[in-house]
Amino acid sequence: MKILLPALSPTMETGNLVKWLVKEGDSVVSGDILAEIETDKATMELESPDDGKVEKILVKEGTENISVNTEIALLRVDGEEIEEISEKPIEKSPQVSSNGSEQPATEVKISMNSLLNQTKENSDEKNWSEKEISMREALNKAIEEEMEYDKDVFLLGEEVAEYDGAYKVTQGLLDKFGSKRVLDTPISEHGFTGLAIGAAMAGLKPICEFMTFNFSMQAIDQIVNSAAKSLYMSGGEINVPIVFRGPNGAAARVGAQHSQCFVSWFSHIPGLIVIAPSNARDAKGLLKSSIRNPNPVVFLEHELLYKEKTNVPEENDFLIPIGKGNLIKEGKDVTIIGFSMSVQRILNALPSIEKLGVSPDIIDLRSIKPLDEELIYNSVKKTNRVVIVEDGFGNTSFGSHLSYLIQSNCFDFLDSEIIKVSGKDVPMPYAENLEKLALPNTDEIVSAVKKVSYIN
Amino acid sequence: MNKKNKNNFTNDQLLKFYEKMFLIRKFEEKAAQLYGAGKIGGFCHLYIGQEAVVIGILSSINSEDTVITAYRDHGHILARGVDPKLVMSELTGRKDGISKGKGGSMHMFSKANRFYGGHGIVGAQVPLGVGIGFAHKYRNEKKISRVYLGDGAMSNGQVFEAFNLASLWELPVLFIIENNKYGMGTSIGRSAAGGELYERATVFGIKGEKVDGMNFFNVSESAIRAREYIEKNSKPYIIEMDTYRFRGHSMSDPGLYRTKDEVNKMKEIDPVLMMKETLLNDYKIQEESIKNVESDIKKQIKDVEKFSLESPLPDLKELYTEVYL
Repeated sequence: MKILLPALSPTMETGNLVKWLVKEGDSVVSGDILAEIETDKATMELESPDDGKVEKILVKEGTENISVNTEIALLRVDGEEIEEISEKPIEKSPQVSSNGSEQPATEVKISMNSLLNQTKENSDEKNWSEKEISMREALNKAIEEEMEYDKDVFLLGEEVAEYDGAYKVTQGLLDKFGSKRVLDTPISEHGFTGLAIGAAMAGLKPICEFMTFNFSMQAIDQIVNSAAKSLYMSGGEINVPIVFRGPNGAAARVGAQHSQCFVSWFSHIPGLIVIAPSNARDAKGLLKSSIRNPNPVVFLEHELLYKEKTNVPEENDFLIPIGKGNLIKEGKDVTIIGFSMSVQRILNALPSIEKLGVSPDIIDLRSIKPLDEELIYNSVKKTNRVVIVEDGFGNTSFGSHLSYLIQSNCFDFLDSEIIKVSGKDVPMPYAENLEKLALPNTDEIVSAVKKVSYIN
Repeated sequence: MNKKNKNNFTNDQLLKFYEKMFLIRKFEEKAAQLYGAGKIGGFCHLYIGQEAVVIGILSSINSEDTVITAYRDHGHILARGVDPKLVMSELTGRKDGISKGKGGSMHMFSKANRFYGGHGIVGAQVPLGVGIGFAHKYRNEKKISRVYLGDGAMSNGQVFEAFNLASLWELPVLFIIENNKYGMGTSIGRSAAGGELYERATVFGIKGEKVDGMNFFNVSESAIRAREYIEKNSKPYIIEMDTYRFRGHSMSDPGLYRTKDEVNKMKEIDPVLMMKETLLNDYKIQEESIKNVESDIKKQIKDVEKFSLESPLPDLKELYTEVYL
């Protein structure tokens, strides 16, 4: 029997073989621990699926980035013939391209890191000492540095402490700062969110993690009615310096109740700041700025971006100002605007767009509220054409508002209608092809660019 | 020493507490009058009938302790020592209001007086108050967060989440249920199953008791007992105050859900009158001293009224200020 590297989380594509707990020739029974596998979220134990003898170990311990479904060992199951090690990789389930059809995607990936390096060269930013790390590590560093910087900063949420974070973002923080400042809460969003807001009213600076922003719905009254409005209602007396953070949007096949973008919800509310970074560098700089901000900040991360790496300054005074977008690629023909995961979708479509002979300005908003209107309007006045890409439902969406702002501020400069590529107005389906169809895809982005450019 | 005065308050102190109760009563009567005259808008929830609760608790509070409550908050912010002129000007929606006219009756705050509002959503102030208690503990402050809630809030889910957190994390919080028997127009019997309301907190390991909330001395004694318990054990405590509001839920409440007889019967144990009688009969405080206090308050309320009507409307530029800091 072939032992394959299993998918141990919804977003796991590869894993690391940390340790073998058996050696060739060992007898095992079903349920015995064979190995420790590190996933994108945690270190997990791999159990033997049957009784038998470990015939051969095919992947050495310490091997990293092993694809899911790779053969890692052979088990001789009592009474079964020995199987041959297949030469070819195991057949995977059908590849679903980004438009939902069953054909291999031929997307060329443009690296966010190279784009960020280019934009940095064009700016007069100081020379940071940089290291390539994932967004997950960048967020972790941001929290760690700010907790060191200010003793009033504390972290609370479900599984943030002893479990090391459901998505490993808060890994190691309990050990470093202790249980007074890193607190596991009960599954009690309405209660602990209110508690965190109350603590902020009394002068502390909580980082309130939602395991996913879907669970923030349990607490949305506290976020909207207590956190966002208190400064105004009190005539400036009570401010609420808090950060609500966690993964937002659709991860990978976790279904309708765990896949939703809340940008439009929170950006609707006066008094809230809304941030949605697309890469590790921005995540660190913006989370640090958010923690230092005296207002309530909704910091929307994306699970699929947690593993993505870019160069990130290691200095603890690296901050990115809230309210500044980033022109990550400069062109001249069309302005394509995205944030968080939709920036990645735009980059996936970029080779096809360039093949059309179209050179786009790509704006990563980073900050949804306040919005860098100047950056957007300057670009639109240059390109005269706009495509907005957002993962959230299209109906009464942030993108709808953005297109309103652009038409009212750049009316005389527009040479085409504004096109918005949004998530479809359906609860997120589970099936892989339907899920991809529900989200903005390359074909839609390219079609939108063609349409605003009058290319047939 | 009088049996009812286990707390050893001096006559001067007692007279001060009476003065506060009387101030709240007269302030609220004036607010009702101004509401009727169209000078106060929106919602206006009067505290008349419940004065012994807030002043009894006040008698146990250190000046650094914090307080948070829901929307029936006029009495609470006055008890905390905020100038009645600023409170009434908030009710009239004027520039000099404690929230600059931007909060209204339900949204008043004063950090200087350790008063954290004034919250309009039933139950929402309870997790907030637990969070304030969390901040006290986090900073090793010897303070207690006092969290008021009504009988209506005692069936609201987040309140139980807050009880759980307060007990689990051993936070210095005193929960005070002002059980005035009606959540708006729904009597407690029609909204809450089971036994006494405070017992709903005891399942989380929070100790508590039920007290006659119409009697200042009973409230005060219980409040001091609670404070000592919290200080000694570093754990939350809950008191259920048996109280009653003589007016409607808000000014626009026709009060059809209870009989005039019931209200009149409760008025026989009016907390302000009872306090006065106790001071006269048991403490032998001179009637003249009490009358002086009362006439000073009446005079003060006239000034408060005048101030709150003469204060200008907020500047129009205030519309866009204080959305963000």
